Amino acid sequence: MAESRPAKPDYYAIAWRMPLIVWQGLFFVGPLLFMLAMSFFLVKNYRMEAAFQFSNWSRMLSKGFFWDAYAYTLWLAVLATFITSIAAFPASYFLAFKASERLRRWAIFFLVIPFFTSYLVRVFAWQVILAQQGVVNAAISYLGLGPWQMLNTQFGTMVGYLVLCLPLAVILQTFSLANIDKRLVEAAHNLGCGRLRAVFTVVAPLAKTGLVVAAVFCFILSFGDFVSPYYLGGSKPPTLSIMIVDTSKSGQQWPRAAVVAIMMIATLLAVAFTAIGFAYRKRGK
Amino acid sequence: MPNILKPNVLKPSRRDVLKYGAAATTALCTPFVSRAWAETVEINMLAWYGHGEPDVVGEFEAANNVKFKPKYYAGGDNMMALIAQSPPGTYDVILSDAEFVQQLNAAGYIEELNPADYPFDDMLYADFRQFPGHWKDGKLYSMMVRFGHLGVSYNTTAISDEEAQSYKVFWKPEIKGKLGHFDWHLPNLGQMSLTNGNGPKLWDQDEAGWKKIQETTMSLRPQVGGFFDYGGTFNGLKNNEMMAMAGIGDWITGVLERDGAPVKSVVPKEGGIQFTESWSIGKGTQKADMAKKFIQYMLSPDGQVHSARMLAYPAFCVTKGGRAKLNEVDPKEAKRTGQVDGMPNDPITLIKDGRVHYRNVPQQQSLEDWNEFWQEYKNAS
Repeated sequence: MAESRPAKPDYYAIAWRMPLIVWQGLFFVGPLLFMLAMSFFLVKNYRMEAAFQFSNWSRMLSKGFFWDAYAYTLWLAVLATFITSIAAFPASYFLAFKASERLRRWAIFFLVIPFFTSYLVRVFAWQVILAQQGVVNAAISYLGLGPWQMLNTQFGTMVGYLVLCLPLAVILQTFSLANIDKRLVEAAHNLGCGRLRAVFTVVAPLAKTGLVVAAVFCFILSFGDFVSPYYLGGSKPPTLSIMIVDTSKSGQQWPRAAVVAIMMIATLLAVAFTAIGFAYRKRGK
Repeated sequence: MPNILKPNVLKPSRRDVLKYGAAATTALCTPFVSRAWAETVEINMLAWYGHGEPDVVGEFEAANNVKFKPKYYAGGDNMMALIAQSPPGTYDVILSDAEFVQQLNAAGYIEELNPADYPFDDMLYADFRQFPGHWKDGKLYSMMVRFGHLGVSYNTTAISDEEAQSYKVFWKPEIKGKLGHFDWHLPNLGQMSLTNGNGPKLWDQDEAGWKKIQETTMSLRPQVGGFFDYGGTFNGLKNNEMMAMAGIGDWITGVLERDGAPVKSVVPKEGGIQFTESWSIGKGTQKADMAKKFIQYMLSPDGQVHSARMLAYPAFCVTKGGRAKLNEVDPKEAKRTGQVDGMPNDPITLIKDGRVHYRNVPQQQSLEDWNEFWQEYKNAS
């Protein structure tokens, strides 16, 4: 019987994997652990001191305003995810199934273009559009309508979230839908399945992974965004991101801001893992 | 080709190489040598935004061959943290709000100043010579350089000058949803304390007084259209989204008013709050002489005018020389801001009449208490 020799480590493969592991360790896991440790620190005379106290956690989690902000942030993110996913789907469907290859390429190009500009600059531009004396109100005034209060409202915040998420959602959904084997859709039609029914029973399940990933991105971006709720929503009421800024500004309470940040990260991880689990779950299991 | 037509330069001798080489080396190195002799000195500045910009320091930089390297902060807490996290000597000059000078001194972050170096005799008001917190045990640590007043800031198309004479205008039904807050608890809650009639004791309130401040503030919540930083406050007033703004003064509306916008700020009858900015020399600086020279410049008539007309946010002069020069070079701005002797809204007159109170920190509560209430207020509906 031949002796089984321990497999030699594949140094070549390890060498290729190392940069990613080192990068993630240095710039993701390391700071995350430091932030966790920081949430137990104390601030004295505007200077953080290493400690292991639960006072920051008990203080923040016992405050009603923290949970109010948490619920509001969660609600906004869920709403933005829902609206974005619904709004993006018809455009993605058209690009994936109806548009020519050339048109699709141009559409993707134009969807990428907004990312060339700073999100903050785009949001400031939307202030001009949504203002009481802005572009939209000026246009509807010709119809005898308005002026409508859009800036410094939840509507304003939602517009900002769509500006941030919609192009990305359309791109991700389009790629996902474009990879569907179109013969399956044709087969459904041949078997008497109507167009709308085919979308829900054939197209959507086949593109499930891409659709869920797009939705998860929307949720993550909206849940952590500071710019839209502050500059288009008027910080009224504040979201968790705004609370982080407020807490770190006043008294330099970085440890308490870290508590808020960890709660946000925990929520995002829970939502992301649940959604990805759902996206990759095999039928019947 | 006859030898006479062959230029020597094309066939250089060893002597030529040495001669021309030495000349070229000298020519090339001269700029570097002269630059090294007159090397620009870099001054590290810690200040609110705008103080290190060319409209304020450009003239001083050119005259003294220095270059300011500003690090801007937003808020006294932020300033304290930046210094606390930096090694001694990082900042040569530090601009702080007056209420934080005491804390800078207690933490040992600033150098003692020699009073003889500064124009105390030229100060516009006696209080400015002995400004609270700037002296300790008879030693000077900071020089007041400018100040401004916070009160009712409003759009003149929606609020009349008479209405703006009281903080009660913030509750005016017609501006529901059109009242903005500058997003900092201290000036806003200070104004609510003044609304309650606390006058000079606005920062020194016991538990009952603090509770009343909270009640007054909460009653204002339905009026509020948003909470803004500097840019948001500026835009809100500019595009008529907000018709009144709490927690600010001419330091923001003045910038818009200079551009012709229908906004202004007044000190109402319940009183206003004064912000005061002062220069200190950072502990451990290697450029103390230049730092001193800079503070002297900012207190000179020219420096005072640059400070008063600062593009980022205007403020009042603290010296008689500065005020006189402002009236000479920009009488319109002097008149707009009341910095003309005898005007009813002369900032010095307002202080003398007891209508303006120096900004401070809460005396019987912690800043955290005020901040946490501010968070609750922002979350309330």
